[in-house]
Amino acid sequence: MKTLLAALALSTALVAPGLALARPVTLTTTMNAYGGNGAYLAIYVTDAEGAYQGSLWVAGGKSKYYEHLSDWYRATAGNTAEINGITGASVGAGRELTITLDLADALFDAGYVLHIDAAVEDMRNSPSEIAVPLTTAGAGQATPGRRYIASFAYAM
Amino acid sequence: MLRSLHRWPGLIAALLLVVLALSGAALSVFPAIETVRTPAQTEAGLSLATLATRIRTVHPGVEQIRRAPSGAITAYWFEGGTPGAAIIDPATGAGVGSADASPFERWLKNLHRSLFLDDTGRIVAAAGAAATLILSLSGLSLVARRTGGWRKMLARLKGPLAGRLHVEIARVSVAGLLLSSLTALWMTASTFGFVPEGAGPLPMPAVSGQTGVLLSKMPMLRDTPVSALRDLTFPAPDDLTDAYALKTATGEGYLDQGTGLVVAWTEAGAWEKVNETIYMLHTGRGAAVLGLILGLMALGVPVMAGTGVWMWVFGRRGRPRMRGTVAAGQADTILLVGSEGGSTWGFAATLQAALTAAGLRVHVAPMQAFAPDHYGRAKRIVVLAATYGDGVAPASAKGFLDRLAAPPDASVIPLVVLGFGDSSFPAFCGYAHEVAMAASDKGWPMLLPLDTVDRQSPQDFARWGRDFGAAIGVPLELNHQPSAPASISLTLISRRDYGAEVQAPTAILRFALPRRPLWQRLTGRGLAGFAAGDLLGIVPEGSPIPRFYSLASARRDGFAEICVSRCPGGLCSGQLLDLAPGDAVRAFLKANPDFRPKRGRAPVILIAAGTGIGPLAGFARKNTAHRPMHLWFGARHPDSDLLYGDEMAAWQADGRVASVTTTFSRTAKRAYVQDALRQDGARIAQLIKDGAQVLVCGGRGMAAGVAEVLTDILAPQGLTPAMLKAKGRYVEDVY
Repeated sequence: MKTLLAALALSTALVAPGLALARPVTLTTTMNAYGGNGAYLAIYVTDAEGAYQGSLWVAGGKSKYYEHLSDWYRATAGNTAEINGITGASVGAGRELTITLDLADALFDAGYVLHIDAAVEDMRNSPSEIAVPLTTAGAGQATPGRRYIASFAYAM
Repeated sequence: MLRSLHRWPGLIAALLLVVLALSGAALSVFPAIETVRTPAQTEAGLSLATLATRIRTVHPGVEQIRRAPSGAITAYWFEGGTPGAAIIDPATGAGVGSADASPFERWLKNLHRSLFLDDTGRIVAAAGAAATLILSLSGLSLVARRTGGWRKMLARLKGPLAGRLHVEIARVSVAGLLLSSLTALWMTASTFGFVPEGAGPLPMPAVSGQTGVLLSKMPMLRDTPVSALRDLTFPAPDDLTDAYALKTATGEGYLDQGTGLVVAWTEAGAWEKVNETIYMLHTGRGAAVLGLILGLMALGVPVMAGTGVWMWVFGRRGRPRMRGTVAAGQADTILLVGSEGGSTWGFAATLQAALTAAGLRVHVAPMQAFAPDHYGRAKRIVVLAATYGDGVAPASAKGFLDRLAAPPDASVIPLVVLGFGDSSFPAFCGYAHEVAMAASDKGWPMLLPLDTVDRQSPQDFARWGRDFGAAIGVPLELNHQPSAPASISLTLISRRDYGAEVQAPTAILRFALPRRPLWQRLTGRGLAGFAAGDLLGIVPEGSPIPRFYSLASARRDGFAEICVSRCPGGLCSGQLLDLAPGDAVRAFLKANPDFRPKRGRAPVILIAAGTGIGPLAGFARKNTAHRPMHLWFGARHPDSDLLYGDEMAAWQADGRVASVTTTFSRTAKRAYVQDALRQDGARIAQLIKDGAQVLVCGGRGMAAGVAEVLTDILAPQGLTPAMLKAKGRYVEDVY
């Protein structure tokens, strides 16, 4: 369980007015039994047009493998300054990653989309395996992934 | 120093290295399996465009196509809400096998590279690789030192089995271990980001925003042969800003999904190619045969770890604790030990105990601790110097000769040098000779001339002890048992007597073999398996020092047979010749693996005099394969001491012996076996030319005479007995 003021990692233009109005959000990602080593995950936010806004979390310690988180890598050019202080261990098959962070209220119901890219050694890359709009109504609803993620949900 | 550099990393890392080597060897099989299973690409120059089209026809939802270094092509798709993947037959584009690595392979791989401990384990495994590197390099140097130089690296080895096995396997596998450990270190450094990588994928360029170009209309895909493919990722459906991402052997970039043209491209960097090559060399992926070879070589590691630990344990046992030693400045007798494997320390301990019991104050130190300035009260310095391999200084004597300056001022301390070695080496006690010579050159007085102990002979040591005791006025009875083997009781079942008429009583004694219960077999006690040529140690009554006799039979024969002649005043031979069937003696076994015919079909020249016929008769008895064995045998008189005369006739008749030449010293001709050899010089020269091995057994004088004659016989071929000895083609068992 990590509590972070992750809103700071989002672009200041977006966050600045709403910073006072932030709330703790718990992101729960459950991996399926994909039969491989620990998965690298990148959790980040884009706007409705798909333009990258900021990163929330990257699971997986070695930056040399980040290129396999293809959509995230394309948006950030693998710039590790984007994820300073918001990285952790890779997530094993069948395991659950839970992070709690303070997200600006302005992120919700404004067309922003939360993405998760996943990659596993010697297996296919799975960019934007999860892409869910951030809405207050959608909180608590599980979204299935395509390849490695059994389900993802955010709760406020 | 060099030995410590080999011993300690080896002992500490032994278990780790066994795990790494076994898992590595098992992993080496997978690339070969993958190569065999991969559907062959039958169309030469098949283009990527054609392959991708075939795959997309079968799997419209294809997302990614990869080609492994083995040539296996994997396609990944997403159809009907589920992901799929398969190994693809390039001829059809259809899947033919599972794309996922087996869970067992993944398990092995994680064990091999990280012991399931993630980064901590990776560092431990890398330490194992570093230990392998250090062990390989220090081991190479040790082998060079042992065999007498880098150019003699492949020379034949002598000594106990564990040591030989250790070096034999090392010589085969060291190349693979060097390669595997170096590449492993590189790969770990790369994993932790200490090695420069390629620049990574290019940023996504601006694209036309159109879609729908046919794969077959994309020039880059048409021009790229499948063999050059690494990865082709299709654009995400409905993402107009996306593009085809292509990675080939030469570079990577993006292809527009509307125009089909290259919109960005970068050539593969040099570091990327280096990293790829190292990955291939370590894993065998893309070089399956190399992988299998490396895997086989890695299998040597468990054996080397086992024999290495074994040698260390026994080396330690060989270095006993000594009680009652004193500091260098207080001692009247300084004992300096130059030992390689540790056996000479055992002799030193016996000498130290005997001298201390006689009231002397003894200081014991390795030769390399030689410090004459500190020997204020010393009256004598005893140097016990083993020889390593081909006349090289043993480990604990490193630097001794450099430190051996002229004796300090007038207080000259006399020196005694006793050499330990193996007389089957050309440079028998070579290092001891060097020490003795250097010491006299520098002006050290010698209390006794240099003496030697051959193959840890307790008799040699006891004899020297008496001489040394006489020289210092202290009666010394040195009883040293190198390995103190447990003796068992052997009962005589028959004896055949010879030689009474020529005043040389001789007998062939045959002992029953006691049944060897299972527990003895498991613990290595009792009379283990033996062959003709091995030694039977007999412990006579009234002396704890055993005498050794060459065995004329193998365990398979069901009895232990030796030839004994009465030595004048000999305690042991007297007791043996007085035995009647039913009497028993205490005996134990000592292996002598160097003295027997080498494997193969090459001719064998057997040369013996007197009781030396024993082991050679054993070789002939066993020669049911009818390998050409030629015997030259010297006795005194055909009617009196022609040992094994009847058997020889029978063996010659049934082909076990090709020829028998006898000479007799007490007949009118008065000929020795050397004379017969000289007479048959041409025949012997031809046999040697045909690859014959020479085995000589008999007294020292006879062996020297034989060597002299053979020197003459071999000279025209440009050979010497020493050269044959170095190859194991000339072996002696002398007494």
